[in-house]
Amino acid sequence: MSKRIDVKDLNVYYGDFLAVEDVSINIEAKSVTAFIGPSGCGKSTFLRTLNRMHEVIPGARVEGEVLLDGDNLYGNGVDPVTVRSQIGMVFQRPNPFPTMSIRDNVLAGVKLNNKKISKGEADVLVERSLKGANLWNEVKDRLDKPGSGLSGGQQQRLCIARAIAVEPQVILMDEPCSALDPISTLAIEDLINELKDQYTVVIVTHNMQQAARVSDKTAFFNIAGTGKPGKLIEFGDTHTIFSNPVEKATEDYVSGRFG
Amino acid sequence: MTATSLTSTQGAGRAGDKVFSGAALAAGCLILAVLFGVALFLVVQAIPALTAPAAEIQGGAGFFAYIWPIVIGTLIAAVIALVIATPIAIGVALFISHFAPRGLAAALGYVVDLLAAIPSVVYGAWGATFLAREISPAYNWLADNMGWLPIFQGPASATGKTILTAGIVLSVMVLPIITSLSREIFLQTPKLHEEAALALGATRWEMIKMSVLPFARPGIISAVMLGLGRALGETMAVALVLSSGALTASLIQSGNQTIAAEIALNFPEASGLKVSTLIAAGLVLFVITLAVNMIARWIITRHKEFSGAN
Repeated sequence: MSKRIDVKDLNVYYGDFLAVEDVSINIEAKSVTAFIGPSGCGKSTFLRTLNRMHEVIPGARVEGEVLLDGDNLYGNGVDPVTVRSQIGMVFQRPNPFPTMSIRDNVLAGVKLNNKKISKGEADVLVERSLKGANLWNEVKDRLDKPGSGLSGGQQQRLCIARAIAVEPQVILMDEPCSALDPISTLAIEDLINELKDQYTVVIVTHNMQQAARVSDKTAFFNIAGTGKPGKLIEFGDTHTIFSNPVEKATEDYVSGRFG
Repeated sequence: MTATSLTSTQGAGRAGDKVFSGAALAAGCLILAVLFGVALFLVVQAIPALTAPAAEIQGGAGFFAYIWPIVIGTLIAAVIALVIATPIAIGVALFISHFAPRGLAAALGYVVDLLAAIPSVVYGAWGATFLAREISPAYNWLADNMGWLPIFQGPASATGKTILTAGIVLSVMVLPIITSLSREIFLQTPKLHEEAALALGATRWEMIKMSVLPFARPGIISAVMLGLGRALGETMAVALVLSSGALTASLIQSGNQTIAAEIALNFPEASGLKVSTLIAAGLVLFVITLAVNMIARWIITRHKEFSGAN
């Protein structure tokens, strides 16, 4: 139920401005891949191109190929809606739908495209998804209460439950813990470890310890200066990147001698 | 720095705070005072009509018998206006905020706002001289084919000056209010929630259903209520368009009357108890508008828990 992603020679533009230059990367199925790098280096932008969410930003466009098990996401006739239903996303700030109950939030993606689901199936799916997001025990008695009443960490896990309810191939996470306290962060990190048994997970993080804790592979992005495009500097096993990187810039960054 | 500096209340900033809070309080009180003054005036002036013997009121059957047909007429005209205008306004607002290319959206928004700047007498003249004439064949068709419904019972008015025409003209007049307010609210939908829907694989319309409309719901209700306020109180257009008469169920015959038009048409030649009667009618309109707004508030607060404000 999970697929690999291969990116070939990808350039990302905002209008005429080249934001990310010439990235090629192979993301393994059923693994956790972390993107690290300084602010503004394009790692979040690049992450968004993996499920075409960058298209929400006016003027953003890409050149190159992103292959999901060999199928180009940017091929002719590919519908971004279909792409996003296969490649889910969790955002920096928890964003459950405020007008929906916890239960409806989990089912939100499943009910899309006029799909019908019986109440019994829905109950099973809600329980399975919330258990998958380690949230079931905390909310099982208040599934009909609004999702916005939960704590920040619970809301973020609700968003993860919502993402896995549609059974995607890949889950992208854009700094999912940056708005959370350390205990909630730990809960999410534990969850990421469990998710990789079933899903391909790609996570952007500013927290290098987090990258070291949760990921199998790490990609380091950097930017030469303001107005210059972001680039992929080095990509390899997390252990190698943090202990014995090839590039000087990577070593400077992971050892804290950067910026 | 000494300890006393913590308790000092000097400085221009503090004075500015006081001036500002005073001014804001005064403005708030002024609104209440004006509203209370209007209500008081209406009540005092209306008392003679409310207490007069039934035979002396126009129609000879008392104030209640005089007022209720035009209350119903007012509500019919306003409801027709909203039924037509609300879906169109929401559609136009969504098109401007989420579908149209940026240049077109700005131009369209400007045109819609211009609609609000046209004086109501112009709408009235247009409705009376053009729309009524052009639409009367449609009324004949309705009478022939759907006449079994009481609201489309024939024979249709030959001039087309009916409550339905008045309602259509009113709908054009309330359209810009509902459209501009809805558009502003749609634009304020948090990006976060729009992206949440899109990232789940929602189409644009599904994204709007999941995140924009629920977020905008209280705002849409407020916008519709403001439109309703305008439709209830609109005078000139109705006075010109509607060939008024007794209350009738059929929307395509001449007849019916609204409170505001009734006041406008009769006030210039009224005297004595007749003036008082008309002001009492104004009081009724005031109460209806107040009630409508309170119901709207109630609808908005009923779902507060899910409003996203917490």
